[in-house]
Amino acid sequence: MAESLKRTPPRVAAHRWLEPLPAATRFSLRGGPAARAAASRAFGVELPEQACRAATAGGRAALWLGPDEQLLIAPEVDAAAASGALGAALADIPHALVDISHRQVALGLEGPHAVWLLAHGCPLDLDLAQFPVGMCTRTVYLKAEVLLWRTAEDRVRIEVWRSFADYVVAQLEETALELPA
Amino acid sequence: MLIIDCPYCGPRPELEFAHGGQAHVVRPADPSKSSDDEWTEYLYLRLNTRGVYAERWRHARGCGRFFNALRDTTTDHFLATYRAGERPPTVAAPRSAP
Repeated sequence: MAESLKRTPPRVAAHRWLEPLPAATRFSLRGGPAARAAASRAFGVELPEQACRAATAGGRAALWLGPDEQLLIAPEVDAAAASGALGAALADIPHALVDISHRQVALGLEGPHAVWLLAHGCPLDLDLAQFPVGMCTRTVYLKAEVLLWRTAEDRVRIEVWRSFADYVVAQLEETALELPA
Repeated sequence: MLIIDCPYCGPRPELEFAHGGQAHVVRPADPSKSSDDEWTEYLYLRLNTRGVYAERWRHARGCGRFFNALRDTTTDHFLATYRAGERPPTVAAPRSAP
């Protein structure tokens, strides 16, 4: 894929409540407890063992996606360092580590209506009691598969496959027509 | 919408799940030794129970894991869900369908 295409952010009009987030380094890590322990040390974030929870440390994040699946997110400049450290630490442990940095893009949804906008197309219970700060999960938003991560009470990070990003943005913008001006 | 209790993630909406057919179908240990009838039964024949049925489900748009569920096929009521590899739990007999 052309470098320019990989780095094209999704088209988002100027909103106060939705913004494309900076490009990031992402790894999909599959592996058992030994791989997770080694990855925690190499990546600098304690990989969460609790279902649907995210952990952050030093600008990096680890998100629980499944019992043996974690999404690791780091700033884009850390790509080579993180990849090298993880590769070295996991060399002798059965695992799968895949660089998916450019597979998906991140959107920042924020404001008092953030959850209301998502609820339009997401069947999950997004109430703070059921979906607390720090919870992350794969789910569906209308016809797109998305990853939601609540980073604050009124802020949600949406990770979506690149080719679905424009669809998700368009649907959020259409829903936002209902908002008071 | 049905709420299905994923053994890993908890109660989640039906939209996130994919159906995987009958559960606990055991593959013959040595297929080359099984007769055509045995192999046909393993490959194609399913119970299609009217009532409580053990099925495989996959939390396809969530944790991605396969698990098993006991579902009443007449009422679409999920009686129990349990992880793959576990034995089906004993559940109280459901009310009969109207």
